[in-house]
Amino acid sequence: MKSGSNLEKVLSSGHFAVTAELGPPKSCDPEVVEKKAEILKGFADAVNITDNQTAIVRTSSIATGVIVARKGLEPVVQMTCRDRNRIAIQSDLLGAAALGIKNLLCLTGDHQSCGNHPQARGVFDLDAIQLIDMVRRMRDEKKFQCGEEMSVEPRFFIGAAANPFADPFEFQVIRLAKKVTAGAEFIQTQLIYNVEKFARWMKMVREMGLHEKTYILAGVGPIKSAGAARYMKNKVAGMDVPGEIVERLQAASDPKAEGIKLCLDIIEQVRAIEGVAGIHIMAIEWESAVPEIAERAGLLPRPQID
Amino acid sequence: MIIADRKPFEEIKELTSKAKNILIAGCDSCVAVCLASGEKEVAVLASELRMQRKMDGLEGEIEEIVNVRQCENEYVDAMRDKVEKADLILSMACGVGVQTLAERFPDKLAYPALNTKFMGRPVEPGVWKENCEGCGHCILHLTGGICPVARCSKSMLNGPCGGSQGGKCEVDPEIDCGWQLIYDRLSRLGQLDALVEIMLSKDWSTSWSGGPRRVIKESAGV
Amino acid sequence: MNQITEDFEPQIVAFCCRYCAYAAADLAGSSRIQYPPNVKIVLLPCSGKVDELYLLKAFEAEADGVYVAGCLEGTCHFLTGNLRAKKRVQYVKSLLDEVGIGGERLEMYNLSSAEGQRFAEIAREMTERIRALGPSPLNQRKSKEGAIK
Ligand code: SF4
Ligand code: SF4
Repeated sequence: MKSGSNLEKVLSSGHFAVTAELGPPKSCDPEVVEKKAEILKGFADAVNITDNQTAIVRTSSIATGVIVARKGLEPVVQMTCRDRNRIAIQSDLLGAAALGIKNLLCLTGDHQSCGNHPQARGVFDLDAIQLIDMVRRMRDEKKFQCGEEMSVEPRFFIGAAANPFADPFEFQVIRLAKKVTAGAEFIQTQLIYNVEKFARWMKMVREMGLHEKTYILAGVGPIKSAGAARYMKNKVAGMDVPGEIVERLQAASDPKAEGIKLCLDIIEQVRAIEGVAGIHIMAIEWESAVPEIAERAGLLPRPQID
Repeated sequence: MIIADRKPFEEIKELTSKAKNILIAGCDSCVAVCLASGEKEVAVLASELRMQRKMDGLEGEIEEIVNVRQCENEYVDAMRDKVEKADLILSMACGVGVQTLAERFPDKLAYPALNTKFMGRPVEPGVWKENCEGCGHCILHLTGGICPVARCSKSMLNGPCGGSQGGKCEVDPEIDCGWQLIYDRLSRLGQLDALVEIMLSKDWSTSWSGGPRRVIKESAGV
Repeated sequence: MNQITEDFEPQIVAFCCRYCAYAAADLAGSSRIQYPPNVKIVLLPCSGKVDELYLLKAFEAEADGVYVAGCLEGTCHFLTGNLRAKKRVQYVKSLLDEVGIGGERLEMYNLSSAEGQRFAEIAREMTERIRALGPSPLNQRKSKEGAIK
């Protein structure tokens, strides 16, 4: 055990893992976080707490993670390289570990121009792979990035993201291998709507034996309407939403129900792919869909491991 | 070379509103090549200012001068006669030129008429693109001659990020993904292996992060 | 203001290509087609010779309106001179807007050497346009000052 987190235990004991996502509020209202945590508790092994996702200012991921943990739900704190240099990141990670955070997802981060402060100066002192490498060394070598020793090391279960729909397609798998070499013990993928492409990507992952070195959690999520699907298809960088998905939602009499049905279909398909160790449900601002999805996908109850 | 672009006329109008005699000082090096500061550009701005100032009832003369390089003392010092007569020098050089004027003529105001943008080059008529950030430790030999620091929006050394699609950057479909370019070039050279290795975090102390930099060449005085 | 507009005789400078507009002006003359005397013609070897600075200097020299007349598109003697002229006119229009003189005081026209009638029409059109706009803001100031003195 690297961290002893619930997520790590679930995965290492061979269970099919379920993680979800919880976006901190654009205010300092802890009740919003607590409410979302109440909804998700018991339906996911851990929940990702986004770090100023899409470069929009929100409560810090570490603070939100602590609130969530107090509610009895395990957080996966996300950390991006956009807003902090190596000094700030290490400092925040020590703080997070001291507050009991055990799972960390390392990201480069969306560019600041995508968010609500496009005038901000971006940092990008490190990239995601260098961040993973730094966190692993902090944990396993008890060393700061500069090489200095530390007495008590932060013990994180280290995760990273992968996007099977980004280009160059073949190289994104090599880049995943780099993340694994750097120390990524679990991977959460971008939202999958093009299952066929994801399956091709997983084939390459298996050919490189990466599924045996890291746990791959397939990213899934319900879409509320054809309009939302179209927006993701055309406006969100790094997404691949096939036309059929938009049409299917367009044709539905109850698009919300159809969105959930679609998500369940995708879960069923990705579960069948060799090397998929779990799913990561991203129901952004629609947390209430997660219990239903977990239930109907037959993923309940979640395992209790001590 | 250094690429710059003229400030909007409104801003220049603002900057010059309190001055009487203005010397517009062009530079015939980098910024002239990118059509921001040669004789023509200086003459156009002078003509615009003359007309605007006449309409606004402002007195004074607008003089023009263009020298070889506004970033070298020798050339700048040769402007002294014209500078004496002006109470504002409106520099059409890059930021380096403006600062040279400020230093050589400590009692005169030297204001920028350009926005200095980046180090880059023309890629097609009328279009210039950024190539180098002057990070102080060049790694182009590792990246197929394409700079990840300047040409990846996130300066990633282990790119591309998940936002790269169809060769374009997530920041703007007008921006080529620097990492797609690196990938294409290295695969053409048969050197993709180079990208399998993790590139360790960069030592930014050689960049501006280490404070304003200087270069000393012992041999220069010999 | 009406007063000024009524007795205002605009000064207009026309930069004319020798292969079309200038020849058309000649034709208008020899066919005794009338056109306003406000237009002063400057001969160019091609409309593409027109420089941003010529246009600006004409305004600086207190022209109320300026136009460039080149060959019909696709028939430039030097292939693309008239297209270059068009771009420069566009650019200088934006400069005139910035400065506050107004881009509408500058125009690009295209015609052939056989169009004496059209030449006269353009001259009238431009004169009317500028008459309606009134004196260039550069000259308005002067006339005001003149009036005070
Ligand atoms: S690596 Fe550094 S020095 Fe080399 S091109 Fe890029 S920014 Fe410039
Ligand atoms: S899309 Fe390409 S250029 Fe843009 S940030 Fe990502 S890797 Fe860098």
